[in-house]
Order: sequence, then C-alpha cells, then structure tokens
Amino acid sequence: MESFTNAIQSVPLNHYILLSAIIFTIGVIGVLLRRNAIIIFMSVELMLNAVNLLLTAFSVYRGDAAGQVFVFFIMALAAAEVAIGLAIIVMIYRNTNSLDINVLNRLKW
Amino acid sequence: MDKYIWLIPLLPLAGFVINGLGRNALPKNLIGAIGSLLVLVSFGLSVTTFFQIKSSGVPINVELYNWFTVGNLNVSFAFLIDQLSAIMLLIITGVGFLIHLYSIGYMHHDKGFGKFFAYLNLFVFFMLLLVMGSNYLVMFIGWEGVGLCSYLLIGFWFNNPSYADAAKKAFVMNRIGDLGFLIAVFLIFNTFGSISFADVFSKAAAMQSGDSTILLITLLLFVGATGKSAQIPLFTWLPDAMAGPTPVSALIHAATMVTAGIYMIARSNILFTLAPVTLEVISIVGMATAAFAALIALTQTDIKKVLAYSTVSQLGYMFLGLGVGAYTGAFFHVLTHAFFKALLFLGAGSVIHGMSNEQDMRKMGGLRGKLPVTFYTMLIGTIAIAGIPPFAGFFSKDEILAHAFEHSTTLYVLGVITAGLTSFYMFRMMFLTFYGKFRGTHEQEHHLHESPATMTIPLIVLAILSIVGGFIGVPEVLGGHHELGAFLAPVFEPSAKLTGEAHHLSHNIEYILMGVSVGAALIALLYAYTKYLSGKHVPVADNEERHVLAKLSYHKFYVDELYDFLVRRPLDALSVFFYKVVDLLGIDGLVNGLGKGSVEASKGLRLLQTGNVGFYIFMMVIGIVAVLLYGYTLIN
Repeated sequence: MESFTNAIQSVPLNHYILLSAIIFTIGVIGVLLRRNAIIIFMSVELMLNAVNLLLTAFSVYRGDAAGQVFVFFIMALAAAEVAIGLAIIVMIYRNTNSLDINVLNRLKW
Repeated sequence: MDKYIWLIPLLPLAGFVINGLGRNALPKNLIGAIGSLLVLVSFGLSVTTFFQIKSSGVPINVELYNWFTVGNLNVSFAFLIDQLSAIMLLIITGVGFLIHLYSIGYMHHDKGFGKFFAYLNLFVFFMLLLVMGSNYLVMFIGWEGVGLCSYLLIGFWFNNPSYADAAKKAFVMNRIGDLGFLIAVFLIFNTFGSISFADVFSKAAAMQSGDSTILLITLLLFVGATGKSAQIPLFTWLPDAMAGPTPVSALIHAATMVTAGIYMIARSNILFTLAPVTLEVISIVGMATAAFAALIALTQTDIKKVLAYSTVSQLGYMFLGLGVGAYTGAFFHVLTHAFFKALLFLGAGSVIHGMSNEQDMRKMGGLRGKLPVTFYTMLIGTIAIAGIPPFAGFFSKDEILAHAFEHSTTLYVLGVITAGLTSFYMFRMMFLTFYGKFRGTHEQEHHLHESPATMTIPLIVLAILSIVGGFIGVPEVLGGHHELGAFLAPVFEPSAKLTGEAHHLSHNIEYILMGVSVGAALIALLYAYTKYLSGKHVPVADNEERHVLAKLSYHKFYVDELYDFLVRRPLDALSVFFYKVVDLLGIDGLVNGLGKGSVEASKGLRLLQTGNVGFYIFMMVIGIVAVLLYGYTLIN
C-alpha cells in the first residue's frame, strides 16, 4: 500500500489535473455534440469520472481521506442516476423508436 | 321628572321605527295618529320639564351612559336641559306636533304617507337630540341627523329629478358647513381637553378676550351655522328646499333645523363673546343676508319661494342679533318666528292644497272668500312678520333693532329698510293671493275649497300664538318685564359678566326707534296696497321684459349661476381632467402597462422553451461556465 501511494505521488499533480481536464472536456464535447442519448449519458459518466480522478489525486496528495469518501458518494449517485436514466431512455425508445435527442422536442410549450 | 327626560327624544324615534316598519301594513289613520300622538306626549313631557326648570332655575343634567373613552377624551351620552334647551324643546315638539297634525290632512292622498310620517318622526328625534345634547358630539349627531332627514324630506317626491337635485343641493351645502363645525369641535377638544359644554364654558370664561384660538373656533362654528341656517354664502339651498312637501318646509324652515345654527351660537355664547371679531363678522353677514334675501323676495312669484326667502331674511335678523350681542333678542326672534313662519308655510300649503297644487301667485287672487280660515290666519302671520304691534314679530324684531342701533347706526338703518322690505313683500303676497279677481283656470276655481279640520286647527293655534307670542318679551319701556329675558338670563350670564353692564338706551330714543320701524312697515304696506290692490298690478309673465333691478331680483341676483360658474364648472373641469388624464391615462396606463409589459416579456421568454434537449444542455453549460467565472472573479 505504501509503495502504491508512493507510486502515485511520484507522478506530479499537474499531470493528474491535465488528464482530468482532458477527460472532462471530452465528456463536455460529447454531451454537447452527440445526438444519441446513450452516448450523451456515457459522456456524462466520463465527466463524473474525470472529477472522481481529480478528487482522488488531491486526496492522496493532501493525505486527507475525505476526497475519496466523496468519490464513493459520487459513484453511488451515478449508479442510481444511470439506473433511472437508462429506464427513461428505454421507455423513450419504445415509444419513439429513436434515441436522437433532436427528435425528442416534445417537451416544449 | 329627570328620570323620564330620555323619553322626550325616544318617543319620536319609536314612532319612526313603528311607522317605518309598518308603513305598508298599517292603515293611514293609525300611522297619522301614532306619528302625531307620540310627538304630543313628548310635548307634554317637555312642558313638565319646562315648568320644573322655570320653578327651580336649575338645569337638569342626565347622564344616560358613558359612550366612549379614547385617550383622554371621555364622551358620555348625556342630556343637558337648561332654560335655552327647554324653550327649544317646546318649539320643536309643540310646533312639530301641529305640523304632524296638519300633515295628516295635507298628505292624505299621497301614497308615501307612512314613509313621510316615519321621516318626520325621525327628524323630530334628531332635532331633539341636537338641542338636548350636553356636549358638542351629541349635538353634532343631531346636527347631522337633521341634515339627513332634510335630504330625505326635500327629496320626498324623488321621482321628479329637479326635486331630487334640490335635496342633493341642500345635503351638499350642509356638508360644507358641517365640515367647519366638525373642525371647530376638534379644535375645542384640542384647546380645552373636553367637549362637554360645562367644561368648555367654565374653562373659556377664564380666557382672555380676543384669543386667537377662540377666534378660529368661533369662526369655524359660524361656518357650520351658515350652512344649517342658510346664511351668505350657503343660503341657496333653502329656497330650493321648497321642493319638499309643504309641512316639511314649515318644519325645517320655520321651527327647527334652520334655527340650529342660532341655537348653537346662543349655546356657545361665552366663546363668541370672547371673540369680538367673529361677532362683527356675524352681524355683517347676518345683516347682508337679511337685506339680500329680502330684495330677492320682492319679485318672486312662487308663494313658497317668497316665504323661503323671507325665512332666509329673518334668519339673517337673528344672526344680526347674535352679532350685536343681543343673544336674548335673537332667541326671542327664533321663538316668535317659529310661530308665524310655521303658520305662514302651513297657510301657503293650505292655499296650494285648495288650488290643486298651484304655487304661482299670478294664477291666484280672490281666495279670501273661499278660504276664510286660511286667509285670516295668514293675515295674522303677515302682520306678525311685518313687525306691526302688538303682534309677536314686532317685539322680537324691535329688540334686535334696538341692540343694532346701540352697536352701529349703519346696521340699524339697513335693518329698518329690510323691515320695510319684509312688510312690502309679505303684503304683496297677501294681496296677490287673497284679493282681487281669481286668475286661475276654471277647473281650479270650481275645485276651490277650505282645507279639512286637521289642517285648519294647527293654523288657528299658530295664529293665536303669533298674536300673543310677543308678550313674553315685552320690554320695560312698554311696561313689561321681558319675562323671556329674565328666564334666559342664567344661560347668558357668563357673557353678560364679560361685557359688563349694558348701557341702556333712554326711553325716548326707544320710542323713536319703535316708531321708525313701525313707520317703515306701514309705509311699505301702503305702497304694496296702492300697487297691488288699488293698482291691480300683477307680476308679468316669466318671458316678459322686466326693469333691470326687478330682473336681477327675480333671477335671485344670479347667485346660483355665479356659484355654478365659480365652483361647479371649475370642479367639473377638474373632475374631467382627473378622469381623463390622471385616471384613464395615468393610473389605468400604469396598471395596464405593467400587465402588457409582462405579457410581452413572457412572449419573448417563451421562445426559449424549444424542447430541443441539446439546446438545454448547451444553456446549462453556459450557465455553469458563467457561475464558475463569477466564482473566479470573487476569489480574485
């Protein structure tokens, strides 16, 4: 365990931040540009995980376990969200035979 | 006796309730009997009260209950019966009863009979409250109450729009005066810390003459009096009030309501004595009103209008008396005037009744033989009001004139001229109505009849009172003791103390003064005789050309038109301005503008709701970025 921590710390913090930013940006771009609801969902997961990675890295560097506890909360929430979200998506698909979000524009006035 | 005093006003109120609720259910005779008898019982109680006060000389104070206490203002519903209010009680219930009796005959064919009696009873109730109250607030309730009743009674035949307008006019003009009265009451409380007569007058007696607060209070009280008692500039409602049934004219204009202003000033005499400037104003306004109304009365052709202007003129006399400090004289005139003016109005009503609702004197004439009782009683009333001895009007008018002479020669000369005018227009009315040839239609002539007994009995009683009424105030110079003066002395004692011993005129001068006023009256009588009786002159028709002065007088000096121009039209214009500009443009514009603005704004915002999920997410991201940027600026 000790060596594992050391191994993480041997990588500079900037690299983690950079990696997280890249992943997060990919997630954002995915959410904004893709039209398939499931892909958007996955991109959201990507963004969440980028944040998780960052939280873990900070937590290790500061020697504070709180950050990792938050990561568990986020993962639990994400799991719950996926369960509901996927259910909604399945229902939408059954009704419309499509997952293109540009077609799903009935939620308006 | 003290225990039953509250019954005096309560009985007419009970009559109002019974007749008001049962106006359609009860038979006419019963309604008339209830309305009249209750007032008669009140009269009986008033007489007992009067004699009790006369023998003991001690005012009766009855505190019914504590009405309310606010801060340090403590108002109780209490009655004060002293010499002044005792006489007023006699006038109101006594003359009031006769008028009720008369109304039974006069209103017999009217379908609003029950309603009429209910209103009359209510009127008597409020008038009694006015004179019995022991503080300014109870007085004010009565004051407002008679205003309300006069509105109801003047507009009794409200189906006629001009009658309803007359009622409104009376109401509005009275409200103007009432505002003055109300402010005066506030000021009195502010100054003396109480509004009960006893407290105020005892505290006032210790104050300095010419005090500016008292000056203001008395001027405001006088404004109230000008409204109720129809003085310049608020007198035009009274002639219009003739629209009401004739008994109402008699009750309101002769016996009660219009004398409320004089009663109030006489009641507050100590305050007025402390304000010499106000007294000066009162005497000038009173004299001006007396002369002005007499001038208008000279050319009127409506029999009731002549009497109405005569009332305004006589009320002016009373104010003249108050203004020159002759409180007793003014009150004496209230008393005698109540007799003969009620008589004249009821007589005029009898004439109108006989003439099938004709009020124009140009269409009358020669009624003497057909309506003998009416003729003789009205003749007595005319002699009384003209100031020819030994009838009632002579003594009271002469007392006022004598005091005016002591005060200022100008006022006296004007007063004598006005007395002459009074005599002229009253005899003009008599000659036109009762002498010469009948000028009405054949149908009217055929229908002519003397009124029933319920109408002639009050006339006869009032005629007797008009003959003997003056003898209660015979001055010393004519060998009397002025019993009224002696009786009222306690009420006016504080004022008398302040002004010191009145310097008496020598007997010779008094004889001369009497001779002059009687002479003026007789000369005017003679002139009226030559013009209307031997000269057979009849006033010309409305559309014919008149002499300039006659035209001015006939058109009432265009006072109504003047008020119309000075007050009504500017107010109308202002109302139109407020309606069109402030209300429609300003307020409506603001409210509707806010509504329209939010609708328009929502229309724009609504477009954001596209249903396009990608767009929503994009907006969300922009939002997050904005929040982050905001946070960033906060950190730095």
